[in-house]
Amino acid sequence: MSHSALIRAATQTLVDHVEELTALDQAIGDGDHGLNMKRGALAIQSRLQELDNKPLNEALKSMGMACISTIGGSSGPVFGTLLVTLAKDLPPAPGPADLARALGTSIAALTRLGKAEVGQKTLLDVLDPVRRLLENPGESSGEDLLARVHRCALDAAQATAQMDAIKGRASFLGERALGHVDPGSRSMALIIGAVCDSLRVTQ
Amino acid sequence: MKKLINHVDDVLAESLDGFAAAHGDIVSLGSERLFVQRRAVRRGKVALISGGGSGHEPLHAGFVGHGMLDAACPGHVFTSPTPNQMVAAAESVETGAGVLFIVKNYSGDLMNFQMAADLFDRDNATVIVNDDVAVENSTYTTGRRGVAGTLIVEKMVGAAAERGDKLAALKTLGETVNRATASMGVALTACTVPAAGRPTFQLGEDEMEMGVGIHGEPGRRRVKLTGADDIAAELTGAILKELAPGRGQEVILLVNGFGGTPVLELYLMVHAARKVLADSGVKAVRYLTGSYVTSLDMTGCSITLTAVDPGMLALWDAPVHTPALRWGI
Repeated sequence: MSHSALIRAATQTLVDHVEELTALDQAIGDGDHGLNMKRGALAIQSRLQELDNKPLNEALKSMGMACISTIGGSSGPVFGTLLVTLAKDLPPAPGPADLARALGTSIAALTRLGKAEVGQKTLLDVLDPVRRLLENPGESSGEDLLARVHRCALDAAQATAQMDAIKGRASFLGERALGHVDPGSRSMALIIGAVCDSLRVTQ
Repeated sequence: MKKLINHVDDVLAESLDGFAAAHGDIVSLGSERLFVQRRAVRRGKVALISGGGSGHEPLHAGFVGHGMLDAACPGHVFTSPTPNQMVAAAESVETGAGVLFIVKNYSGDLMNFQMAADLFDRDNATVIVNDDVAVENSTYTTGRRGVAGTLIVEKMVGAAAERGDKLAALKTLGETVNRATASMGVALTACTVPAAGRPTFQLGEDEMEMGVGIHGEPGRRRVKLTGADDIAAELTGAILKELAPGRGQEVILLVNGFGGTPVLELYLMVHAARKVLADSGVKAVRYLTGSYVTSLDMTGCSITLTAVDPGMLALWDAPVHTPALRWGI
């Protein structure tokens, strides 16, 4: 399967949800998250043809570098490092166990970069539940697993509303950040959801 | 939204082009508008580079020039610049004595500057500014924000770099000035990010946001609007509590407008802050009043105090010639 459909879906969902992401960030941050993610998404979409001709890990690396050099803010280094680390760790045609392992490495890399840990209202709180599900999918596989991963990511993002913000600009608010979904987690869930849906269509 | 713009996507580029044209005697614009740099870089001097999201003008590009910064990297509005901007700036202004990065304490700025420092293979060090006492610090949080005190760090370290101080000494000085500096702000109305098109938060006609950040991030609490004396007492009180100056301590008083506040009111706040200082036996020996570290069109102000010794005062008084700050030349 060519990955351009996948990349298009994963980036287009950010463009489509820019208003929602902006509103989430205005509630507990400074309101730039939606626009930053859109800028990164469009930068990646502009390279779609070039990405399509690359093997998966080279495409991921190239997308990560595009994030780092165009987004800025926290999202540039964070989403960029995530993609670059996945690129290092993923085999050409990864299965659930490969993805779980690569996500584990990525979570460690993001912890080093942002000094944040799981449970601190960041996108790690979406990545980690997804990693755990992929590591122990039980009987689930194929379309069923994709649907479960999608649901897991959305629920995990929603659950960040009940967490205290310890990192990033929301941390300046203390308790006032309670009740609000973390914008980066919502973006992460949108991306994972779009990837899952795109893979289900092509299965 | 009512703003003097053409298209929201072009706001930063068109403003930077105007800035570079208006101050062409002092600064020039790097390729692809990645950075603003001094027109005349002095060889053998440690290069000072700062940067951050746009929307705080004149910070940082307005402080590029003799006696302050060598280069500044403008990010999108309220968004940290990217590592390649800092690397390009460093490569352009470094002349053998190394680079000191001056960074405001935000997660995004820290990560992007850290990546730049890792990529830049010549001697470099970083000073992190976190002067905002509105935010309670703890081991686990990102900590305090860097706000208007950044100007004072950039001025004093810039003066020391100009007289020939070395990289390690400049880093130590920057940290010393940061520790001696504390700020707190209040917003009366919110700011509107051009690309978002609506105000970042809503304040009632009779409300103010105490402890607001320079991105319109909410602060300590939302309270009923009071008189200037009460506001100055709360802001200055929180700062004095942090700095704990002895009686007779000399300070620099910076009353900084957030972008939408008349100078008339800023000077009124200077007067109000002076009364608080007098009650505490603290002596303001230098003043800076105006909109220097702004938050787009937000109304309100911040108060910054820096406790100075004669050495720091001399650095503050040293000649400076930048688009936004000029004296002694």
